[in-house]
Amino acid sequence: MGDLVIRNLTRSFVRDDGELLTAVENINLTIRQEEFICVLGPSGCGKTTFLRMVAGLDQATSGEIILDGEEIRGPNPKIGIVFQEYSLFPWRNVIDNVAFGLEMQGIEREERYRIADQYLDLVGLSQFRASYPSELSGGMKQRVAVARALALDPVVLLMDEPFGALDAQTRNLLQKELLEIWEKTKKTIIFVTHSVDEAVFLGDRLIVLTSRPGSICEIVTIDLDRPRNRTSIEFAKVRRQVLDLIAQPKCSLQ
Amino acid sequence: MKLFGKKISDRWLGVLAILLSLLLWQALASLVVKNPFILPSPIDVATAFLALIGSGTILKDIWVSLIHFGIGLGTALLIGIPIGIAMGWFRGIDSFLDPVIEIIRPIPPLAWIPFAIVWFGLTNASAGFVIFIGAVFPILINTYSGFRGIPRIFVEAGKMLGCTSNGALIRYIAFPSALPQIAAGIRIASGVGWMCLVAAELFGVSKYGLGQKLWFFYNLHQMDSVVVYMLLLGMIGLFFDWLFRYYIDRHFLRWRSGEVA
Repeated sequence: MGDLVIRNLTRSFVRDDGELLTAVENINLTIRQEEFICVLGPSGCGKTTFLRMVAGLDQATSGEIILDGEEIRGPNPKIGIVFQEYSLFPWRNVIDNVAFGLEMQGIEREERYRIADQYLDLVGLSQFRASYPSELSGGMKQRVAVARALALDPVVLLMDEPFGALDAQTRNLLQKELLEIWEKTKKTIIFVTHSVDEAVFLGDRLIVLTSRPGSICEIVTIDLDRPRNRTSIEFAKVRRQVLDLIAQPKCSLQ
Repeated sequence: MKLFGKKISDRWLGVLAILLSLLLWQALASLVVKNPFILPSPIDVATAFLALIGSGTILKDIWVSLIHFGIGLGTALLIGIPIGIAMGWFRGIDSFLDPVIEIIRPIPPLAWIPFAIVWFGLTNASAGFVIFIGAVFPILINTYSGFRGIPRIFVEAGKMLGCTSNGALIRYIAFPSALPQIAAGIRIASGVGWMCLVAAELFGVSKYGLGQKLWFFYNLHQMDSVVVYMLLLGMIGLFFDWLFRYYIDRHFLRWRSGEVA
């Protein structure tokens, strides 16, 4: 139950000059419920396209994505997403951003604020509930975006390089907080990144993609105990293993 | 001079400029031109203003002009915003309506005056129609480009949060996102509409009105009273602009604070 099954997933685009461009090719993957998956690959390797298909924002050319036995064909309340760009609605304050999905479901104001407040508390931003996004820092915006996605209680949380625009310190802090949230909420997380360090710190399994077209080069299971220590010898070993892997011609990061 | 804060001394500079302009105007009128028909002096204008207050039609003129303006701007909002939304959101409607609008849009609003009279007669609606023509396009165009410029990320985030129908996306995502630009369009429209007012009242749609009185006093060769009505038109226009800048922006678009430094 709750598994996300991806079968023969392929996405190709017809370019303006008529040439066929394959962005994602033949991905087969089964993600267990509550698993933390990191998708690692260079820019333009199709990892965002892959994630958009799982989100239902983009249609596969062939293949299928099945969650809980149900095929994903469009945006689905069981799947939440945090984008790389800041996506909070600037005209709504923090609490109304977090409560947006609940409002769309027709839940009464009092009830949706009660739920939204819980998630805002989870990301530690309760005191900013009345602020507008323009008043928040980058890290705070992404925390609110996480709370907003979680407020609908999805089974799967997709994250598309959510910390890519943040400075290194904030990034490390948010990674830690994300793991705490993951342990509390038991979501399946698919986290796209191009940072080996981030992927090794966060993931149960690492899906290493080849570039153009993106297909699975290798799946690395990360057996490090949690909480992980970035500076430990074991961590460095795994990191080197992954770096060696992506340096190989077969899944080379160009 | 640090006796006053910078803001206070800046404000005094502005007051000083107004006083100097009045002095220059008075000197020019009474020492150089010496003909109140060509250039009435500030004192002539002030005297005329006091006389006009005594005769008591100023308030009625303002009221009638506001009715004309209200009809024009109100209709422009009711028609311009929905069409702008429809064209901005649905590509098919855009392709369908765009050529027609691009042909009608460059026609100066005042060129519609003959048809305003033919269609509506000498009524308030007739003046309102000319103002409507002036006001509707800035509103329509700004609503349209506001809708066109909605960041895709907002629409996608909305869809992922269960806001999927066109109606819901327009209401909860697109409209609030485009609102600053729509408000800017309304502000431009109210300026253009106010400019059309004087011409719209020229052809005798009513016995009162700021534009109507301007022409009335011109025909009587009372140029000092003409200046009184010119200043009234300017000040009321300024008031509308102020209303937008301070009230609408601060109360409805508060979320933009901090976005533009």
